[in-house]
Amino acid sequence: MMPEKVLEVINLKTWFFTRRGIVKAVNGVDFVLTRGECLCLVGESGCGKSVTALSILRLFDSPPGRIVEGEVKYGGADLATCPMPQLRKIRGKDIAMVFQNAQSSLNPVFTVGDQIVEQISVHERISRQEALARAQTLLEEMNIPQPGRALKMYPHQMSGGMKQRAMIAMGLSCNPEVLIADEPTTSVDVTIRAQIIHILQELKTGRHMSIIFITHDLSLVKEIGDRAAVVYGGSVVEVAPVADILKHPAHPYTVGLIDCLPDVSAKSTRLSSIPGNTPNPLEMPAGCSFHPRCPKVMDICRSLAPATVNITGVHGVSCHLFVNMDGRSR
Amino acid sequence: MTNSPLLQVKDLKKYYRVTSGLISRLSGEIKAVDGVSLSINRGEVLGLVGESGCGKSTLGKAILRLEEPTAGEINFNGIDVVGLNRRDLRELRGKMQIVFQDPDSSLDPRMTVGASIAEALVVHGISDPVELEERVARLMEKVGLEAGFYERYPHEFSGGQKQRIGIARALAMDPELIIADEPVSALDVSVQAQILNLMMDIRDRDGLAYMFVSHDLSVVKYLSDRVAVMYLGKIVELADKEEFFRNPLHPYTEALLSAIASLNPEGRKRILLTGDVPSPLNPPSGCHFHTRCHRMMPVCPQVEPELIQIAPGHYVSCHLYV
Repeated sequence: MMPEKVLEVINLKTWFFTRRGIVKAVNGVDFVLTRGECLCLVGESGCGKSVTALSILRLFDSPPGRIVEGEVKYGGADLATCPMPQLRKIRGKDIAMVFQNAQSSLNPVFTVGDQIVEQISVHERISRQEALARAQTLLEEMNIPQPGRALKMYPHQMSGGMKQRAMIAMGLSCNPEVLIADEPTTSVDVTIRAQIIHILQELKTGRHMSIIFITHDLSLVKEIGDRAAVVYGGSVVEVAPVADILKHPAHPYTVGLIDCLPDVSAKSTRLSSIPGNTPNPLEMPAGCSFHPRCPKVMDICRSLAPATVNITGVHGVSCHLFVNMDGRSR
Repeated sequence: MTNSPLLQVKDLKKYYRVTSGLISRLSGEIKAVDGVSLSINRGEVLGLVGESGCGKSTLGKAILRLEEPTAGEINFNGIDVVGLNRRDLRELRGKMQIVFQDPDSSLDPRMTVGASIAEALVVHGISDPVELEERVARLMEKVGLEAGFYERYPHEFSGGQKQRIGIARALAMDPELIIADEPVSALDVSVQAQILNLMMDIRDRDGLAYMFVSHDLSVVKYLSDRVAVMYLGKIVELADKEEFFRNPLHPYTEALLSAIASLNPEGRKRILLTGDVPSPLNPPSGCHFHTRCHRMMPVCPQVEPELIQIAPGHYVSCHLYV
């Protein structure tokens, strides 16, 4: 049985034309999102994972940003090129987004209830009463205590965890098909993080929602992800089912990322680390963007960007080490 | 003398007065640190864990008197820290240092890296330019910074390198204790490992003691000898690392441990806490944790439990174990 494709991103390139040069923040990203799955985009700061998410709904600042190439296929349309009015109908209704920093994503001068109602009334013709009732149900589902009272609260009256959950409630208000969650748990405490992860898991199983979960934290990927795509230097370097990628990582960057996590269950030994730093987006290395930090670098890596190779049917990797293992090259 | 702990803190309190209105009427007190006692031995790493607002950073600063403690005793190497005058305190701080979370805001953007590190030496009376330069070079080498970085400014560095500069500054006067306040939480994971390794290398070489403040239990497990958990200004559990992770007693510790994914292999039940950390301005009665506790008993909202020793070196404050 082939899982149903909901969203497909093909060779997406979002570049920012700045005074200091062209920042190729997203430089050839490919992935597929199927119904009811949670795809994790994993990577360190500056790798392009957030801009990828923003590009799906064209939410980046333009200028300086521009999608220079590629497609975002959703429901028969190409979101990368479709007219703005059509995209606006999709934003928030079919594809919703939850941002990392709830503090700055909520409007401080409106109550949380007003903001959720606003989102609903943009997309649906229902009365304010009905919209408020729906907002309250949503807050309740998010386990916010006293949801009726929470509706009348201003963002500053809420704790960080509550704001983040209110943001998720807002994202869900039009019952979207796809939810993009950009590091929704980075700014909250571990016990709150556990609550939010629990909510997202329920959405996935209960509503069959497709989720794109953006994170830098591999332990979260293990918890919530079905598949993971590792992003480095603006493109996906490895994609595979989560269990697969954690047990048998192929790309040297993925291997490094997994190894440098302090493992709570192991005895403490010296941590392995990836030498160097993430590359400056203005001066991307030639060839494979990871080659200056790669322990297995070869001559070819310095000059030629590797193509994506399928090492098993579901496990793709972009690395010259694996070119000969190509089972089903595209 | 050598057997006594390097740092001993007794019943330390730091309250902030909260005022409101035009005439600054006192409307309450935030008990950020509310009666904390702990000790750190020479060369030991004490991990201090807790969620935001639990008072862990304030505790670190109060020990150095960067925040004046409201009450309590701090004894460092036999010296009563609370009673020191400014001059003696400055001298003492060479031996007791702090590394902050955000390397961006703790470095002066208008000072070169070399000058920033040298400043720490100048403050402590080293004025000979030749000696200064030589010691700065040695410090930079110690933390893995190239000597050529001397004349560069902080903005030219990545987060990890900036944190190395922060560590070099802290190491300037060969301290015996470093309070590290979330030193890696602003860093990417691949860089985080570099800094943690560096801190452990320095400890192995120089026999430093750390108080490592963090919200990340996996990092704490990696480098601590003992672990303390704070909740709303109080220590609720304190134990040797092995014991702490094998046999967590306080329900809050249980929940924290179950919230770490990698520690949570199949079979271990996940404990989901409800609600948020309560406001420290108005903490719950009795045991501060009772509002979120999954093992709450009738006594918990009534009586505040004391921190008692359950097994050798294992302290917990919870009515379950009285």
